[in-house]
Amino acid sequence: MRGSPRVRLIKWSLHYGVLFLFVVAALFPLYWLVKISLTPNDSLYTHSIDLWPATISLEHYATVIGNSDFLLFFRNSIIVSGVTAIASTLLAAAAGYAFSRFVFRGRYWIVGVMLVTQMFPLVIVITPIFSIFGPLGLTNSLTGLIIIYTAFNIPFATFLMQSFFDGIPKELEEAAMIDGATRFKALLQIIAPLTLPGIAATMGFCFTGAWGEILFALLLNSAASTSTFPVGLLLYSTRATIEFGPMMAAGVLALLPVCIFFFLIQRYLVQGLTAGAVKG
Amino acid sequence: MASIDIKNVRKDFGPVSVLKGVDLAIASGEFAVLVGPSGCGKSTLLRLIAGLEDASSGEIHIGGRRVDDLPPRDRDIAMVFQSYALYPHMNVRDNMGYSLRLKRTPQARIAEIVGRAGAKLGLEALGERKPRELSGGQRQRVAMGRAIVRNPKAFLFDEPLSNLDARMREQMRFEIRKLHRDLGATSVYVTHDQIEAMTMADRIVAMNAGIIQQVGTPLELYDDPANVFVAGFIGSPAMNFLTGEARRGETGVALSVGGKAFCTLPQAVAVPEDGRVTIGIRPERIRIGVGAGQAVEAAADLVETTGAASVVHVDLAGQAMKIFTTERLQLSQGQRIPLAIEAKDVCLFDPAGGGRLR
Ligand SMILES: Nc1ncnc2c1ncn2[C@@H]1O[C@H](COP(=O)(O)OP(=O)(O)OP(=O)(O)O)[C@@H](O)[C@H]1O
Ligand SMILES: [Mg+2]
Repeated sequence: MRGSPRVRLIKWSLHYGVLFLFVVAALFPLYWLVKISLTPNDSLYTHSIDLWPATISLEHYATVIGNSDFLLFFRNSIIVSGVTAIASTLLAAAAGYAFSRFVFRGRYWIVGVMLVTQMFPLVIVITPIFSIFGPLGLTNSLTGLIIIYTAFNIPFATFLMQSFFDGIPKELEEAAMIDGATRFKALLQIIAPLTLPGIAATMGFCFTGAWGEILFALLLNSAASTSTFPVGLLLYSTRATIEFGPMMAAGVLALLPVCIFFFLIQRYLVQGLTAGAVKG
Repeated sequence: MASIDIKNVRKDFGPVSVLKGVDLAIASGEFAVLVGPSGCGKSTLLRLIAGLEDASSGEIHIGGRRVDDLPPRDRDIAMVFQSYALYPHMNVRDNMGYSLRLKRTPQARIAEIVGRAGAKLGLEALGERKPRELSGGQRQRVAMGRAIVRNPKAFLFDEPLSNLDARMREQMRFEIRKLHRDLGATSVYVTHDQIEAMTMADRIVAMNAGIIQQVGTPLELYDDPANVFVAGFIGSPAMNFLTGEARRGETGVALSVGGKAFCTLPQAVAVPEDGRVTIGIRPERIRIGVGAGQAVEAAADLVETTGAASVVHVDLAGQAMKIFTTERLQLSQGQRIPLAIEAKDVCLFDPAGGGRLR
């Protein structure tokens, strides 16, 4: 199956050529974002398109941090995304565990309803949610956003967590329960440590989902004090102009928490933690 | 140490009835082996004793105490799973010590108990390793170690050796037996391997289709099977079954196969009206050549040899039969050979229900 050296070289080149193209296509917008954020205002609107500005400056970053509400938007986004990630993952883990381990009445219907919620576009429910949240004081509030995001994340996160629990042999809990643990203790001390990759993946999924969400953030919260950063980004685009520099600088800054978040959880994303539980 | 008493236990999974009324008493300190074909309900029975599954009806007592309503952790039993179920994120020492930690045993005491169990099982050097860094045999030992540090009322084993290769299995069989001799703990051991059952058991519990077929010492089951199932399941190569006729005569019951005389039983046997019976005889009880007992002629078919012994396949009046012999024979296909059959070695079964005719 090896083929001659020439065939192998061609295969190798094709393989890496395609990979290279993919990486370039994926990273180019990011690169452009960083480039524009570093380009000084006076050379931003020249006609020539350069791959890298002649001089770089941090003036846009200074504008964003010093002269706008961006730090506030950031704080709001981090609170909303962080709480959403933790709340959805905890609830989804509990529900996913139940789906994975127990047979109970109504299980079939609950799964069905959860699937249905994933089927229609969110726009449809915005008006009813707005009219429910208004009287409850949940518009213009971070809590309102957290509730919405958590609710919308849970079905998918539950299926995700269920599949991770399904991958853990149930003999492990049974062994722990025979060893003297309650089911809850077995879950905490035996199953949870093995589900860390799943928990990390689910948290990452929920965090990024909430971090980039704009529809509800825009429509439910109009006050600057409760705006999240995607809404804040829109402020740079007014009817008259679009301030590309600060917008891109804010965009770069917005990537940081997500990067940090994934950096923190990435070591749990590695698979293979359950290796050795059963026959190899 | 404790006795285990199971009284009329039934277990249904929805419409499927898996255990159909099981009665079983296991004495304190006994090594009982549950044996039966795949899917007969052995694991289910074991899981009921462990409390991992609830019985649909019936009672389970451990050490005289009714445990049906107790969760597994309060039954004071240890279980070794077929898959071992070691905790993958804990090293060998923590795996073995987990039950003690749950009981809030002091650290020093845990180290002492785990150390002793590890020494018994030859695991001293492996204390720091994670399960994934162990071979199958070592994992098996850790699973055993986890059970013995508990010092439980009873040990439950669910096919603990089925993932090991043949040689390892033989060795662990021996070691588990020795461990049982040292600890003297009541043990229930599940297997579908009749050789394991024969070599390890104080008493064998033969099960089929959710019903206990026979309970007895290995030799009782071997020599005096209660029905066709037990007769065919215990022993390797398996017992020969021939379709024959029984006719009551003056000297006893005359058996014939395909119209030819096979053997005459001296004792009175309850034979069905139509005289049709299943004749059972173990391969090693048939002698090739002329000797004591009824002379029968068969045609040789094929000889399989393992070196120590051979299995000769023969054709007797159109029915296949196996003969186990330690003699080295050169037989050609179709060659007529004389066989000697003794009445004491023949078992009769009812072809309809499979029950033993006595
Ligand atoms: N949770 C369950 N739901 C439905 N049926 C089950 C369940 N557990 C076991 N069964 C059925 O019960 C029967 C007995 O299963 P069990 O595991 O006790 O068999 P076994 O004798 O241990 O077989 P093996 O030697 O293959 O392990 C099987 O037919 C199985 O399909
Ligand atoms: Mg089984």
